[in-house]
Amino acid sequence: MSDNKTEVVLTVNGKDYAIRVEARRTLADALRELCGLTGTNSGCEHGVCGTCTVIVDGDPVRSCLMFAVQAQGKQIRTIEGLADGGKLHPLQRAFIEHHGLQCGFCTPGFLMLAASTLERDPHISDADLVEVLSSNLCRCTGYQNIIKAVRAAAAEMRAR
Amino acid sequence: MKPGQFAYHAPQTVQEAVAMLAEVASQEGRVLAGGQSLVPAMALRLALPAHLVDINGVAELGRLAAETGELAIGACVRHARLERPVVDGPLGRLLSNVVRHIAHYPIRTRGTFCGSLANADPASEWCLVAATLGATMVAKSVRGTRTIAAADFFQGMMATALEPDELLVEARLPILSPDTRFGFYEFNRRAGDFAIVMALAVYRVEHGVIVDSRVGVGGVEGHPRRIAAAEQALAGRAPASEVFRAAADAAAKVVEPIDSKPELAAYKRDVTRTAVRRALEAAEKSL
Repeated sequence: MSDNKTEVVLTVNGKDYAIRVEARRTLADALRELCGLTGTNSGCEHGVCGTCTVIVDGDPVRSCLMFAVQAQGKQIRTIEGLADGGKLHPLQRAFIEHHGLQCGFCTPGFLMLAASTLERDPHISDADLVEVLSSNLCRCTGYQNIIKAVRAAAAEMRAR
Repeated sequence: MKPGQFAYHAPQTVQEAVAMLAEVASQEGRVLAGGQSLVPAMALRLALPAHLVDINGVAELGRLAAETGELAIGACVRHARLERPVVDGPLGRLLSNVVRHIAHYPIRTRGTFCGSLANADPASEWCLVAATLGATMVAKSVRGTRTIAAADFFQGMMATALEPDELLVEARLPILSPDTRFGFYEFNRRAGDFAIVMALAVYRVEHGVIVDSRVGVGGVEGHPRRIAAAEQALAGRAPASEVFRAAADAAAKVVEPIDSKPELAAYKRDVTRTAVRRALEAAEKSL
């Protein structure tokens, strides 16, 4: 291949995206620039801020620390797939109700982190929840409202 | 903040992986496991490998098994797999206690135990565990397989005994007897940060006195290591706070902090004293 690119099919939110990508291209950049899914934000680009968090095969991962070529064959979920059509996910509603966002830049990462966490452990303790949420940075809310929102959504999701 | 160009190789078997590594090792070839240290280094252009041999597709490297007194941890076993005890007894509890200090959950879903050992960051929790418990590393290349004891494996800051064409396929940890006590203490400024100083202590008590003690310190020197002077201060003594203090003092005296500024080195020595004491106190309460 003269242009150093590989054919890769990414399965995102249940839909296949056939892309041609350089090996050095991160999953975050491939989602945004080649799949047109710009809901995933790119922040620090070296794994510190967590804003690019997506769900890969059920696990929350930093999409800036994974190459797109590594994600072939895996089930990728991004913020675009969180709502059920026009109906917001309980986490999305709770973030609005509890003022879990202000500028919104970190929100997609927090929502995907929280969604995968609650799917893994619907009865997660407050201490464990705080520990998990400490992995992402938010410079607006002071975190308390994010914690409140995730707790409220967890209670709602358990009650269903 | 974009990694430089590299050729990507995705072997499916260990044999293929070591064959590829043999080919590219001399041309700036590196192994890609969890990527949670290497990829940030590539994003910052601190690492510019020309080839990456991605071992994530090698199914056999996901092996995690307790056998003949050892826990075998394959090269693709991710940190998160150790969050719940994987073996009965103190070792499983020790690993699940320590793993929570490694970065954050979304990093632990990708990063690997063996990747941390091969990366050999002075502040790596797994390197401290391997050095303190006396892990055995299994290295493979096209030239054959060899085992390396932890004491020989860690050679300095980010430096190990692995040859460029060798793949760390497995680390083996001794399974601790049910009466083994353990304590781990890590000091850092924020949850998930690199350790500034950390200590791991394991020992047993027989006829009222401490036996088989192992005390390790990490984050201070070029690589984590056992501190013989601290172990000697414990041997044959009944567990008590003054004994723990004496061992902690001994550790603080002999460590050689790598920090270039004398005030930082003095600080690390001081924190070493506290970390070792707290690890020993935690061990006393662990049974």
